[in-house]
Amino acid sequence: MSGSRQLRTGIAFILAVMLLALAGPALAPHAPDALVGPTYGAPSSGAPLGYDYLGRDVWSRVLAGGQSIIWMSFSASLLALTIGALLGMAAAYARGRVDQVIVWITDVLMAFPDLILVLLVVSMLGREPWLIVLTVSVAFIPAVARLARGVTMGIVQQEYVEAAWMMGYPWHRILLRELLPNLATPLLVQLGIMLTWAIAMLSGLSFLGYGVAPPAADWGLMINENRAGLLVQPWAVLAPVLLIALFAIGTNLAAEGYGRSKARIDEKQG
Amino acid sequence: MNIVTFPSSATALLEVRDLHVHLADGTPIVSGISLSVAPGQILGLVGESGSGKSTIGSALLGHVRPGARIVNGSILVEGVDVLSLSGKALQQARGKLIAHVPQDPAATLNPMMRIGGHLHELLEVHEPTLSKAERGERIAAVLSDVGLSASNEFLHRFPHQLSGGQQQRILLALAFLLKPRLIVLDEPTTALDVSTQAQVIQTIASLCKMRQVAAVYVSHDLDIVRHLADTVTVLYAGQIVESASRDTLFAAPAHPYSRGLLAAAPDIFTRHQLAPIPGQAPAPADRPMGCSFGPRCASATPACAAAPPPAKDVAPLHRVACFHPSSGPLVRPEAQVRSGLSASPILLEVNDLSASYGDAPIFTGLRLALPSGRCSALVGESGSGKTTLARALAGLGQHVEGSMRFDGGPLPIDNWQRSMEQRRRIQYIFQNPYRALNPRRTIGQTLTAVIRHFFGLGPKDAERRAAAVLQRVALPSGHLHRYPRDLSGGERQRVAIARALACEPDVLICDEITSALDVSVQAAILDLLRSLQGDGLTVLFVTHDLAVVRAIADNVLVLRHGRIIEQGEVDDVLDAPKENYTRQLMASSRHDAA
Repeated sequence: MSGSRQLRTGIAFILAVMLLALAGPALAPHAPDALVGPTYGAPSSGAPLGYDYLGRDVWSRVLAGGQSIIWMSFSASLLALTIGALLGMAAAYARGRVDQVIVWITDVLMAFPDLILVLLVVSMLGREPWLIVLTVSVAFIPAVARLARGVTMGIVQQEYVEAAWMMGYPWHRILLRELLPNLATPLLVQLGIMLTWAIAMLSGLSFLGYGVAPPAADWGLMINENRAGLLVQPWAVLAPVLLIALFAIGTNLAAEGYGRSKARIDEKQG
Repeated sequence: MNIVTFPSSATALLEVRDLHVHLADGTPIVSGISLSVAPGQILGLVGESGSGKSTIGSALLGHVRPGARIVNGSILVEGVDVLSLSGKALQQARGKLIAHVPQDPAATLNPMMRIGGHLHELLEVHEPTLSKAERGERIAAVLSDVGLSASNEFLHRFPHQLSGGQQQRILLALAFLLKPRLIVLDEPTTALDVSTQAQVIQTIASLCKMRQVAAVYVSHDLDIVRHLADTVTVLYAGQIVESASRDTLFAAPAHPYSRGLLAAAPDIFTRHQLAPIPGQAPAPADRPMGCSFGPRCASATPACAAAPPPAKDVAPLHRVACFHPSSGPLVRPEAQVRSGLSASPILLEVNDLSASYGDAPIFTGLRLALPSGRCSALVGESGSGKTTLARALAGLGQHVEGSMRFDGGPLPIDNWQRSMEQRRRIQYIFQNPYRALNPRRTIGQTLTAVIRHFFGLGPKDAERRAAAVLQRVALPSGHLHRYPRDLSGGERQRVAIARALACEPDVLICDEITSALDVSVQAAILDLLRSLQGDGLTVLFVTHDLAVVRAIADNVLVLRHGRIIEQGEVDDVLDAPKENYTRQLMASSRHDAA
């Protein structure tokens, strides 16, 4: 598949899942926590995906349960992108002490496995959504900072940056106008990759019971709640799994497709 | 199809007939190439970037870069048709029959392999029957031919322990080791200093004669070809426009492009007017229907645009593809020496300046004075410290100490300590136009940013000024909305100059600003700088090229090992150098044996 087609397919997947999650609550035939059928009831004309372990409508819960994972994954990734890029660029541009300190902090953070770090914080401080977003983004910052630092190192040596410095432009202008536009491609690819990780981590957290609290509808949570009935009523698990997979594959495809089509353009510019 | 060829002689060792190389989409890169070279002869294949000269060079080894294809033609080397070979036979032919010497020795030699390893490996692959002792003898013989030691100590060195000249000699040794019949040299001396260059060229010339090898020397450097080649073929837009013996071509070139190239090249002996060729060479996909050079040619007629001119003999062994070939010698009008400059006050002054790289001093106690309104050339070979000095003046130096004065006041060493006014008045132009402009910002954004920064103008006024500055460097104002990738190297360098001019500077420091450019483009840039000097600009022109010095500078400073060993008026220094080293540089630039 060519880069631009990957990008288009990826974006189509993301948009489809986002549309479903955003418009879903309005379309749901039942309230997500209403007990409307038999436990693990099979799909029927009234309930296309059947009923869950408490007899709630799976279709309604699927429609209502996507919002948290989408806003949380996007905000965690964007937050990590912003902070990580600024840290990495500052490190590469300033060099010396500043660089050492930033690299040291990212090294320490990287030493923690992401999920353990998030679980630790959430289990100690509570499962507030904003706290989860913050912790997930902290877990992602080192990778972004490392990437931004590495790419910036190469750009800083370019003579147009020296020229800007020689003119006496203020440092923030050099960071934002001279460096940042040249970092855009790798950073956007990183954003796509982070989205994929964030989805996996957030649904993992819900599955482990550290995410959104029941009885609220949430895709990750639904997988956990209904796994006992996987053989009896697989749709209660499969539906959220498929949607999470679609979203994750979409972000991944978009990231890779964007990177590949961009690389080809850069090659032509040669 | 215009085919230029020498009448094929029975003695030719290399015989190329009607070679065509196309891209996958059918765009021709080179077309209708015919060449022949006799044993012991060197053919100079001359062209500017994009002319297809390297494509032909590698096609002679039966190789084209990915995406390209040899669609037609034959290449006979001693009767062997190279293009009909494949697999093992082609592998054998490469190296044994035809050898290739690439441009950049540092990138070609494996940094993890010792010199001896490189040489032994080649023999092991191509002549597996030789014993180790026999290999050693062959290697010792070829090393002495290229002027290198064959001692064990030398063979045990790694490539990085050799100088650039020695590395290039190793590549020559590798090329000659298997006693090939044809050798293709792709700009092998471009990466070397003039004095090293002169020696390597001597070696190439004598080896080809001694071993009766036919050589194709691919180069953009007319001066080297003039001193090395027996016959010269000039390429333009993938086609041969002229072929002649060396003496004929340089004394009386017949094709307008050949004449243009020679008129654009600066000369170390005389200060002639550099005549840039207008326009720029077409990209392979945009080549015109008729004569490729037609759109840039002063003597073009409607016939030139209708069909490509066929090649014809204008004299024995002199073929030209042109409807209006010139006859008679090329006359280059002398340029006037600028007068009335003797009593200029000093604008920028350096006292007791020292700089170091780590613990190694680059220069110490350096003194330098730039007279106002003049163009001073700073000449030196690599390692002389010329770029370090130029950067120090611009405030870009690291580990620099000493004192500088500018326009009567002190000038801080560090850029960030300089006043806004000092920064504005001293501008620096970088060597490589491809790295000097931000690829993600339009030309207009780059220029207006500078103008708004220094003069506090609004966006409308800044853009008007940016357009005016572009006009000063002879670029249309439409370029304001373009990105650097849409521009050629020469245009980018003009934009870089425009960025400096936008600051309305008093001092312009130019660091080898034409060394990455083609001859005809260089002429235009030098022409531009000359005209800017008329406005009273003080210029420091850093270069390794004495011919450029003659063309552009009023006075010259010769830098060696971090010391200025000679300085004075350009004509005084170049006509009667006092220092031995300056004399050597002059001799090397003429490619005399140093």
